[in-house]
Amino acid sequence: MEGNKKMITIYIMGKAYKVPFGLTIMKAVEYAGYRFIRGAGCRAGFCGACATVYRKKGDYKFRTALACQTTAEDGMYLAQLPFVPANREEYNIENIDPDKNVLSEYYPEINRCVSCNTCTKSCPQELDVMDFIQAAIRGDYKKVSSLSFDCIQCGLCTARCPAEITHYHVAQLARRIYGKYYSPIPKHLEKRVGEIKKGKFDKEIERLKKMSVDELKKAYVKRKIERIPRGEVREE
Amino acid sequence: MKLPYFPGCTLKQTAKNFEKSAMASARRIGIELVELPRWNCCGAVSSLTSDDIMHHVAPIRDLVRVQQMNDDGILNNEYRLVVLCSMCFNVLKRSNMLVTKDAETLNKINEFMDTEPDYEGTVEVKHFLEILRDEIGFDKIKEKIKKPLHGLKVSPYYGCTLLRPREIGIDDPEAPTIMDDFIKSLEATPVDNPYKSLCCGSYHTVGNAEVVAHRTYKIIEGARRNGADVIITSCPLCAFNLDNRQELTKKLHPDFEYMPILYFTQLMALAFGEEKEAGFDENFVNPVPLLEEKKLLKKVVSRGE
Amino acid sequence: MTEVIHIEKKNVKFLQKVVELSGEEVTMCEQCGICTTSCPMAEEMDVSPAGIMRAVQIGDESVVESKAIWFCASCFTCTVRCPRGIDLAKVTEALRQLTLRKNVDHIDLDEVKKESLPAIALVSALRKFTG
Repeated sequence: MEGNKKMITIYIMGKAYKVPFGLTIMKAVEYAGYRFIRGAGCRAGFCGACATVYRKKGDYKFRTALACQTTAEDGMYLAQLPFVPANREEYNIENIDPDKNVLSEYYPEINRCVSCNTCTKSCPQELDVMDFIQAAIRGDYKKVSSLSFDCIQCGLCTARCPAEITHYHVAQLARRIYGKYYSPIPKHLEKRVGEIKKGKFDKEIERLKKMSVDELKKAYVKRKIERIPRGEVREE
Repeated sequence: MKLPYFPGCTLKQTAKNFEKSAMASARRIGIELVELPRWNCCGAVSSLTSDDIMHHVAPIRDLVRVQQMNDDGILNNEYRLVVLCSMCFNVLKRSNMLVTKDAETLNKINEFMDTEPDYEGTVEVKHFLEILRDEIGFDKIKEKIKKPLHGLKVSPYYGCTLLRPREIGIDDPEAPTIMDDFIKSLEATPVDNPYKSLCCGSYHTVGNAEVVAHRTYKIIEGARRNGADVIITSCPLCAFNLDNRQELTKKLHPDFEYMPILYFTQLMALAFGEEKEAGFDENFVNPVPLLEEKKLLKKVVSRGE
Repeated sequence: MTEVIHIEKKNVKFLQKVVELSGEEVTMCEQCGICTTSCPMAEEMDVSPAGIMRAVQIGDESVVESKAIWFCASCFTCTVRCPRGIDLAKVTEALRQLTLRKNVDHIDLDEVKKESLPAIALVSALRKFTG
C-alpha cells in the first residue's frame, strides 16, 4: 500500500514519521500510531476539540488549525493542544443588568487588548476575533454576537493572545446577553417550548427512555428528518 | 468639510451623549464627522518605554484606516483625523509622531501588521477643539450659535492629555486659553481655576478611587471659589472622575458641594439649541436644575405640579 | 554630616538599565525638586519624584519596591517643568515595567470586577498596572 502512495514526512513532537499524502493532520497522527484520547471529537470541524499548532519547514509562521480539517503537509512540525485552560465566569443570565458594561465587568482583561490581531490570524473559523473583542470593550453585544456567531470554542485565539484574553468565553456571554435581552423572540421556538411545557412530548420521551441501546440505534437510523425545500423559509 | 473621526471606546459605551452632542454641534458649523469604518482601542495611555513597540501597533492600525478611507473614496485627500477624547488624541498623536520621526520603528510596525497596508505617515491627528480654533475659528462659532449662554459661569478643566507633553499638547501647557476662548465663543463667562490642569488622578479611579476623590474635591472647590456654576472637560476619564466620583468626594469631605460637570460638546450643543442631543440626563450630577435656573433650558412642569 | 555613598557595579547596572528602558539621561537631574513641587501625587508618595530620580542615579534598586512609582499618574507635569528636560514619566514607567515584565500585576482583577467602569478607565489602568 505504501508503495503506491506518495509519502510525506511529518514531525510529531519532534519525532519524524512517514505518512501517506492526503490525510488530515488528525488521521496522519493516528496513522503514525498515536491514539487520541482527548482533543478529538466530531472529526467534522464543528466541535472545536482538535485545536492544533504547527510550523512548516522553512516558514517562520507559527500556525494554528483544526487537526480534522487540515491536510498534513510534508515537513510539518505538529503538536496537539488537548485543552486550553481558560476561566469562565459564573453568572446567572437572568440576573444580569445588560445596560452595564457586563463584558468588562466579568472579563476586565479584554481591556488589555493591544490590537495585535494575533487572535484573528489564529482562528480556524476565519472570524474577525480582534474586531469582536474591540466591540466587547465598547459593550456592543450585537456586534460581538454577529462577528462571533460561528465560533466553535476551540481556544486557539485564547492560547495565542498576548493579553491573556479568553475570547470565546467573552463572546459566548455576549451572545447569551444579546439572545436574552435584545434579539426578537422566535415565534416558532416559543410555540414549541409551550408545547413541551404542556406535555405534548411526554409520552414519546417515556417511550424512548424505555428502549434498549440497540432499539434506540435502530430508531435513530430510521428517524424522519424534516427537510425544508431550497429557497423556502421556515414559517415563524 | 468632511473629516475622518475617531470616537474612542468610551464615547460608544458610557458616554454616548458626549459623541451625540459633538455630532449635532459639528453639523451646525458645517463639519461632517465620518467615523472610521473599522477601528480599535488606541490603548488610552501611551507606552513610555523605549523598547516597547507593541503598544504603538493599535494607534498606527487606526491611522491606516484613514489612509484606507481615502483609497476607498470615502474621503477626498483628507488626512486630518479628528479626535474628541483627549486621551485618545494624546496616544494617537504620540504614536504618529514616533513613527513619522523614526523610519525604523515604522518599518517594524508595518512588517508586524502583515494583514494591513503599510502606514505611510500621512495622517495628522487633531483634537476637535483644534479644528474649532484653527479651521472654523471661535468668532465664526460665536456668529452661528442660537442660544448665547449669557450668565453661565463656566470653569474650563484642561486636565493633562490635552496640554502635555509640550510637543503633543494643543496649547501652552502652563497658560492655556483654548477652552476659555471656546467658552467665550458660546457667550458664557469663563472662570479661572488654579487647578485647571491638575491631574484628576486618572486611572487610579480603578482600584484607588479615594486618590481621585481627593483631587476631585480640590479641582471642583477651586472652580467654586472663583464663582463657577459648572466645569467643562475634554476628556471622558476626567469627566467620569470629576462627575461620578463626587459621591465618594462628599463622603470623604462633608463640606463638599456637588457641581455639574459637562463635556465641552454638551455645552456647545446647548448653545446651538441642540439640547436634546446633549443628553444631560446621562450625567451623574444633574445639570438640568442649574440650566433651568439660568434660563438656558425651559422648565418642564410635570403634570402633578 | 556628609553621607558617603558607595556605588558598586550592580548599582551602575541598575542605573544603566533604567536609562536604557526610559531613554532618559537620569544623571542629568540636578535635584532641584521642581518635579516634587509640581507633582499632583507627591502627597501620596513614600519617595518624592526627585527622590526617585536620586535613587536611580545612585543605583538604589529598592526604589522599585516603593509605592511612589505606582502613584505616578503619567500626567507629565514634571516632564513639562523639568529644567534639565528629563521626561520623568518615562523613568517611573521604566521602574514599573521592571516588575510588570516579570508577569506580576499591580492590581487585582477580582477587585476591578466589583464596579462598572468606563472603558477608558479600565484600558488605561490595565495598561499601567498589569504585566
